[in-house]
Amino acid sequence: MNMNTLLIIALSPLAGAIIAGFLGKKIGRVGAHIVTIASVALSCALSIQLLLGFINGEMSAFNENAYTWMVTGDIAFNVGFMIDSLTVVMMSVVTFVSLMVHIYTIGYMHDDPGYQRFFAYISLFTFAMLMLVMSNNFLQLFFGWEAVGLVSYLLIGFWFKKETAIFANMKAFLVNRVGDFGFLIGIAAVMMSFGTLDYAEVFAQLPQFADKTISIFPGVEWSLMTFIAIALFIGAMGKSAQAPLHVWLPDSMEGPTPISALIHAATMVTAGIFMVSRMSPIFEMSDTALSFVMLIGAFTAFFMGLIGIVQNDIKRVIAYSTLSQLGYMTVALGVSAYSAAIFHLMTHAFFKALLFLGAGSVIIAMHHKQDMSEMGGLKKYMPITFITMWIGTLALTGMPGFSGFFSKDIIIEATHASTRWGSGVAYIAVLLGVFITALYSFRLIYLTFHGKEKMDTHTKEHLKESPWVVTLPLVLLAIPSVLIGWLTIEPMLFGGFLSDAIHVNKANDVIAHIGEYEFESAGSFVLHGLLGKAFFLALAGFVLATYVYIKKISIAENAKKTFKPIYNILQNKYGFDNFNQKYIAGGLVALGNMLWKWSDSKLIDGLIVNGSAKVVNAFSKAIRGLQSGYIYHYALVMAIAVIFLIGRYVL
Amino acid sequence: MSLIHYLVLAGVLFVISIAGIFINRRNVLILLMSIELMLLSVNINFIAFSSYLNDIQGQVFVFFILTVAAAEAAIGLAILVVIFRQRRSLEVDNFNELKG
Repeated sequence: MNMNTLLIIALSPLAGAIIAGFLGKKIGRVGAHIVTIASVALSCALSIQLLLGFINGEMSAFNENAYTWMVTGDIAFNVGFMIDSLTVVMMSVVTFVSLMVHIYTIGYMHDDPGYQRFFAYISLFTFAMLMLVMSNNFLQLFFGWEAVGLVSYLLIGFWFKKETAIFANMKAFLVNRVGDFGFLIGIAAVMMSFGTLDYAEVFAQLPQFADKTISIFPGVEWSLMTFIAIALFIGAMGKSAQAPLHVWLPDSMEGPTPISALIHAATMVTAGIFMVSRMSPIFEMSDTALSFVMLIGAFTAFFMGLIGIVQNDIKRVIAYSTLSQLGYMTVALGVSAYSAAIFHLMTHAFFKALLFLGAGSVIIAMHHKQDMSEMGGLKKYMPITFITMWIGTLALTGMPGFSGFFSKDIIIEATHASTRWGSGVAYIAVLLGVFITALYSFRLIYLTFHGKEKMDTHTKEHLKESPWVVTLPLVLLAIPSVLIGWLTIEPMLFGGFLSDAIHVNKANDVIAHIGEYEFESAGSFVLHGLLGKAFFLALAGFVLATYVYIKKISIAENAKKTFKPIYNILQNKYGFDNFNQKYIAGGLVALGNMLWKWSDSKLIDGLIVNGSAKVVNAFSKAIRGLQSGYIYHYALVMAIAVIFLIGRYVL
Repeated sequence: MSLIHYLVLAGVLFVISIAGIFINRRNVLILLMSIELMLLSVNINFIAFSSYLNDIQGQVFVFFILTVAAAEAAIGLAILVVIFRQRRSLEVDNFNELKG
């Protein structure tokens, strides 16, 4: 491995983005997609080559600075790459999914006037994401972090004439700022205490900092490590959409479907998961922070899944499912099963991208209608989409043998094995989450592909399978959705593949515990899973969904009426949006109005600016009388003054 | 006649001249006359002290002052003539242009 390879991997999508973005008019539509696809394909090929190198053991960790951006005092801000097993996994996933989405976009955005712009954005995103995962220091991580946020903003608002899209991209941007504020504080705390931003140097110094405390408010001492870990995790909560900062992700579905797959399911939203795994040495030093991480994850995994059941927009169901799955990953982080989180991240990237792209394929066929209550019976019109969506759903629900089963089951097992404070609650949440996942996933499949055809006749006449550029990525993503679990569970979790990147304290290492007592091979893991609680819950969800949505759809309607209060709570998404809109946005507006009226108008303009002018005015009015213009007045003043002065000195 | 009497006379003259400057509103010529009077009162002081202290220097000084006063009166009157030519009036109340 050398620096040039890495630079090519990172910079070739940037070059593609620049060419497609600035010369889009000149090179035309075909030119734009050829350039960007070629550049991302190059990155992808080189990344997979690196991954294979790591798997074969030919390569080992690499950490080097490429460029020094700035030096102030003792602190150097570098641009550099840290390549280890974790990074190559992320790089391969990111570039592979990105490549699939690039190809898919040819079909999906076929008639869109912003074709070249779209390709420029997604290539730029790939560059930003690669910078994020390949970084060897906090600053570059932050650069990538913000850059992916920026591209996410641009892409959610890609159809900038659509009112809701503008609202959604602003919302995503603002909510992410809240998280980034925490993240930045975390980075600042790292810099303040360690005096460097380089990962390796920070991790090397960690043992000396175990018992250090930090006092943010006078008189309150916090453990430094807990503070840094929680501050960094708040950043992850924003980016990875964990409650209560999850509100932007469902709304981000206003953007085109390919980016929902790429950014808001497979890659960007997992940046938080990646970051926590990368910072595992820091997080391992604070049980409090990990408990916090776990409980936030458990809450998100369970409650966001519930909302998915009542949504009718096909993309929003998958969006809530993404929130829920991100919650699973976060729970895995919280129980110190970082490798399980990365494993789930990887499998989820494949099957969730598949589901989103499948949903996009349905949306193309439906002429950009997304409401599932107007679909149904699509299986005979679009067989490839139908089959691949089924595969994605089986993987998502964790049916034994599919990739999602391995990763989700290992997270549940790990949570069960964990002894961390609160892990009991998290275990129940992730276990019940399986049932809910199965329920909403199969509901989506049944409402879309099975049952009565509910679309209008005009749409029905035009129903057909999507072109090959759309179905090819579906097939290529369906393959890893089935197989990747079989192939990677053993090396990745129990074979120590990630051990050079992830640090777990011996006492916390639930994965090693599972490896020692339960895990033998992928095959036996599947057999074991067939007897597990999770499988029965998934099966229960499947049976319930099948019964309700295939046999007796009236049950759903009756349930809606019977459980009206619960249904309303779910429709309102637990009131997070209303609360934010009313109290946070409303409060800020009120505060702004108050500051405008009182501070600005009255205090600054009234008292300080106009007030000082008024004082000068009044003062000069008062003393203007003194300047009469008559010499004898001046002379009188002079004479009196002289008399006073002489009087003082003489008498 | 002691020194005190001369000093009181000089003081009275000085105060009269100051009053002449400030109370007078009618004519600039009277201002000039008041200034002359002020100088004379100072001269009386000089001469009184000179004779009291037996020092001739005071009287020498008086001659200088008289000379300067004569010159000043001449220039002052000349200025008044010019002002009068311009304004056709010498009323003090009209001369209030020394303000912003």
